Amino acid sequence: MTATAKAAPETNFITAARKTKTTHVITEILKYAILIVLSASFFFPLFYMFVSAIKNDAQVYTVPPILFPNPAFWQNFYDAWTKTFNFNQMTINSVFRYCLPVTLATVIVCTVVAYGFSRIKWIGRDIFFYICMGTMMMPWQVTMVPLFIVYRTLHWTNSYLPLVVPSFFGVPYFIFLLRQFMMTIPEELSDAARIDGASELGILYRIILPLMTPALTVVALFRWLGAWNDYLGPLIYLNRADLYPLALGVNQLRVAQTSTGNQANTFPYLMAVSTIIALPILLLFFFAQRTFIEGISLTGIKG
Amino acid sequence: MAATAGTRSSGLSRVEKRNLLMGLAFISPWLIGFLVFNLYPLISSFYYSLTRYDLIQAPVYIGLGNYTFTFTQDPNFWNVVYNTAFYVIFSVPLSIAAAFLIANLLNTRIIGRSIFRGIIYIPSIVPAVCTAMVWLLLLNIQYGAVNGMLQAIHLKAIPFLSSMSLSKPSLVMIAAWACGGTVVIFLASLQDVSRTLYEAATMDGANAWQRFVAVTLPMCSPVILFNLIIGFINSFQEFTLPWLLTAGGPAASSELYSLHLYRTAFQNLRMGTASALAWLLFVVIVIFTVILFRSSGRWVYYGGER
Repeated sequence: MTATAKAAPETNFITAARKTKTTHVITEILKYAILIVLSASFFFPLFYMFVSAIKNDAQVYTVPPILFPNPAFWQNFYDAWTKTFNFNQMTINSVFRYCLPVTLATVIVCTVVAYGFSRIKWIGRDIFFYICMGTMMMPWQVTMVPLFIVYRTLHWTNSYLPLVVPSFFGVPYFIFLLRQFMMTIPEELSDAARIDGASELGILYRIILPLMTPALTVVALFRWLGAWNDYLGPLIYLNRADLYPLALGVNQLRVAQTSTGNQANTFPYLMAVSTIIALPILLLFFFAQRTFIEGISLTGIKG
Repeated sequence: MAATAGTRSSGLSRVEKRNLLMGLAFISPWLIGFLVFNLYPLISSFYYSLTRYDLIQAPVYIGLGNYTFTFTQDPNFWNVVYNTAFYVIFSVPLSIAAAFLIANLLNTRIIGRSIFRGIIYIPSIVPAVCTAMVWLLLLNIQYGAVNGMLQAIHLKAIPFLSSMSLSKPSLVMIAAWACGGTVVIFLASLQDVSRTLYEAATMDGANAWQRFVAVTLPMCSPVILFNLIIGFINSFQEFTLPWLLTAGGPAASSELYSLHLYRTAFQNLRMGTASALAWLLFVVIVIFTVILFRSSGRWVYYGGER
């Protein structure tokens, strides 16, 4: 106790920074050194994915690894995409059969449900909300078998229905996110409109919705991402190659290339396709960085 | 009883009744979804767990047969439980701790914070398939870049994915590589911590470490708890990365619970056994979550608000 009390004036961070200038410089250098090593190791795998996409086999198998292939085989992107599997069809599947419908449904339905969980006060609301949150604890494995059996009897397997239809009934995670956001909108706005005789749907549409743009963008982004990246869902329900989304297509390429011994350009092609699939997401991130960061922060607010 | 219930419900004012109906109407899509996609499958999977069912012949009731089979006869079960426990126990705390330290580092005064943050965040949104493919290439024993670099500095190559003892640690490491989402959440909560608390602590003579322990950790503990719970729930169910990277191998050393369950259902067509496995997992997850919540009273600090 006495020791800390004695040290008190020295450790004041303003004086400390000025007092021992060298210690300050060393910690600064150390800090940036750690940050640079850290971000380099986070960045390297994706960088290596890209450079390996423009290598030939000899370059890929060279030890120590080549980081800047010369010559570079840009042709790989075209060849991998067009000469192995029908990746154009898979893109159409991913975008129009999966990501787009699921995103639209999620945004619309979750907004309505979140409104009911936040902007109307009704008896039992909290209990239903806890149940809704509780379902997030349920592992997918528990519902997997019965749902598979139901979809099979409905002849929905080998179609996108099992992947898309549930989104029309709301996704708890996004309901939670939108509800949190709606809670921050002052209640007076709704009350004023109610006095003017507006219906609840009218209030949602005319007052709440215009204020929701950031939150809805977040939900749309994450839902799209979820469908774009989903591997397990399509794996369970789709087993016809012409129905595959991109995620399954990449692995199909790997299986085809390695099942009969290594074919030519196995890794360059795999990396080329992986790069093309990851690229839209990276671009999306660069253009919507703020939205991403704000959105993911929003999800972590609740303690 | 009926009388009191009657008076109570008629005791609802007109506005309360209207609000109740409105509220139910607005949440009705989710409510229907809950009944169809959660409650029905939950109950019916419990029923299937008591049957033998191969999708071809009708389910046959066999009591607790699937459970006794799982515990006593399934040759892989205990190995899978061990693998999953290993993965969950190392992966979650490691990822959370790493994310928290990185977030603290990013929260100091640095130039280019958003660039560093972006680089660390990106791996968490790249499709799992791409992650798997690139790590397959990076960790390959013969020509992987990581081993290539080790060999360049005259170290022995490490069989990251092809040795029984390293397959799980490698999966843990790759999961930690994608901890960027948690970093961003932590960073946001760090920025919410009031500056005056740090100033007060500094006045009292606390050094950087003491400020971290006495201010940062307690103020962020609710968010840490939240992420621990989400992390545990998710890693118990981890499927895609191990499925693609090791397919559970070598010698089932990285066969996680969900891989085993998937194989039981769709490769061995034992829907009953798979349902039993799923229910056991569900119970474990619920117990885990409850324990975490219960323990939270001891280490989570909820500010004045609630």
